[in-house]
Amino acid sequence: MAASKIMKQGPVVPWLYVLPAFILILIFVVYPTVNTIYLSFMDKTGELPASANCVAGEPCWGIFENYRYALTNSEMTTALKNNALWLLLMVPATLGFGLLIAVLADRVRYESLVKAVIFMPMAISFIGAGVIWQFMYAFISGSGSQIGVLNGIMVGLGFDPVPWLSTAVINNLALMMVGVWLWAGFCMVILSAALKGLPSEVIEAARVDGASEWNIFWKIMIPMILPTITVVATTMVIIILKIFDIVFVMTGGNFGTEVIANRMFKLIVTDTGRSMAIAVILLFLTIPIMIINVRRFRAQEEMR
Amino acid sequence: MKPFSGLNRFLRRLPLNLIVIFLIVIWFIPTFGVFVSSFRSREAVRTSGWWTVFQKQPVVGEAEYNEYCASCHGADGSEIPEADLSDPVVVENYPRSNRLLAYLKKPLQNGEPHVQDPSLPENPNEALELLAPILDYMGTLSGSGGSQEVAALSLRNYADALVGYKGTQDYLTDCEEGVESTLAKFDCNLSDIIKPEGMGRAFINTLIVTIVASVLPILFAAFAAYAFAWMDFPGRMWIFALLVGLQIIPLQMALIPISQLYTRVGLANTFWGIWIFHTAFGLPYAIYLMRNFLGSLPREIFESVYIDGASHWTAFWKLAMPLSIPAIASLAIFQFIWIWNDFLVAKIFLTGKPVLTVQITNLIDPRGGNWHIMTGAAFLSFIVPMIVFFGLQRFFVRGLTAGSVKG
Repeated sequence: MAASKIMKQGPVVPWLYVLPAFILILIFVVYPTVNTIYLSFMDKTGELPASANCVAGEPCWGIFENYRYALTNSEMTTALKNNALWLLLMVPATLGFGLLIAVLADRVRYESLVKAVIFMPMAISFIGAGVIWQFMYAFISGSGSQIGVLNGIMVGLGFDPVPWLSTAVINNLALMMVGVWLWAGFCMVILSAALKGLPSEVIEAARVDGASEWNIFWKIMIPMILPTITVVATTMVIIILKIFDIVFVMTGGNFGTEVIANRMFKLIVTDTGRSMAIAVILLFLTIPIMIINVRRFRAQEEMR
Repeated sequence: MKPFSGLNRFLRRLPLNLIVIFLIVIWFIPTFGVFVSSFRSREAVRTSGWWTVFQKQPVVGEAEYNEYCASCHGADGSEIPEADLSDPVVVENYPRSNRLLAYLKKPLQNGEPHVQDPSLPENPNEALELLAPILDYMGTLSGSGGSQEVAALSLRNYADALVGYKGTQDYLTDCEEGVESTLAKFDCNLSDIIKPEGMGRAFINTLIVTIVASVLPILFAAFAAYAFAWMDFPGRMWIFALLVGLQIIPLQMALIPISQLYTRVGLANTFWGIWIFHTAFGLPYAIYLMRNFLGSLPREIFESVYIDGASHWTAFWKLAMPLSIPAIASLAIFQFIWIWNDFLVAKIFLTGKPVLTVQITNLIDPRGGNWHIMTGAAFLSFIVPMIVFFGLQRFFVRGLTAGSVKG
């Protein structure tokens, strides 16, 4: 309890320091969240209850009508499935690449160069990354000259070019590759800092005892940086749940690449109620992470 | 075995180095490709891969010249001093291939026939067809012209992107030639840089948005963080825990309610609107980070200034702020890059004044006819974050890790 009663102050003073920030957070984060939940139960005009959207003779969830759309509409189920796929593949991929590069870079003399190159995409916007990767995935049918690197390689090796972004399943993987390219650097930087913070005596002792590098990595390093891995993983989960720009700029959500946040964005003008219901689902999905983070924070505070 | 220990070490480390270099190359290629493309012409970007820039392009007429003329005139054309093909004055005597053909049929000054090895085709049309590229190549040799190809690499895409040119040639050429549709839209002088459809204007908008929106949250956060770290008030821990939770509220939650609010109070499509929005959403993380930093400062310093009778106000400005410069720098840079690259918030709250990311998407031609401009536009948007990033990488990394790595 670093701060307790160092200096007495009136009951009002602390609030004066906290209040400006608090008012802003209340207006821009708390109030909209409540309002969004409210709007998610209204129709597209925001004036009638959502049940006004119901069509006679078709299934209707009454006041939850927007949620019926958000959970059963075929475009939304694709989006939900895709977000799950993103989570399932991209969290391990970014963490894996991040950890691999952090460990490997530590062993070469040009470590700072490696890190700068891998980390650089973090300075690039999703939109910019979209432009960059268009030149990797570009497709021109026929075996003529290609302008995309991947198809250049395919044709060079004698295969047919592949329409990476419009072939189902492959296109989702292609988009995820962009995500990994963007975010592996983030994982690498944080995991590398954690690895470097490990007490060298422990690792030296294991080496003296004859443990192989492989065992040292899996049985000593990984368990010791597990808390950091969890933090990075939760951060990635949040980022991926909200993934939007990459899909928006590269495929627009077409060809089976729809994701939740893009669906929400598309409906924001045409159908507020449905759009907000999707936003609430997004919020709902982040709640477990929120709880994990608050718990971790409280545990840390108790250790202080 | 001593002489080989170095080699052994090298071989043992080779696989590691190969993997690392392979990864670097993979990560580097996509950006590099667009960087190269950004200097290529519209036609080149549309029809061939950027890597072909590194393949040697055949020069027009070189093969024909080597076959017919090089045996006497030499590869560089200067073998025969009386007929020096590398001299522009000589070459300019033959502006067209029929003049050259006529000359080749005549005997030389000493009366002997003009040796042709191998001899030219008898059919004059065929001969002319062959002579055209040779003449072209003689122009290249003498430096007096040759085929005036558009320079392979140029900055034209950047010019197009800056002004937001959407025509069928490129902005600079149109201005030179005085193409009407372009003159109707542009003034063909420096003022075009701030045309509303261009990246130049978007650049300015982005700067305005980003600078203010990176400074404001830090100011608010510093006050709150100071209170959380060094003051005692009821509910302190609970409120702070709530803040930790709020950090990850998706900003999608706020888009509609806030844009409705903005329309009502007249903040829609104003810089103020987007500044305040970014500030509010930056605050939870900023407060969290600042509070952790301030709380980790040694308690004795604060105690001593309080004992000396300093108020919180003085302690905040004279002690806490100067000491937290590293944290402030990290936070500012983190926030700067984040906001610079933001698309969604700007797209919704600042429609009349597009920022770089939004302007790039505005430039997209759905039929894919202006990829060359996109490359220039993308790199224009990278310049500032790249400078900030590579110049201040240390701070940026600290801003990221401080929130995640314990201690």
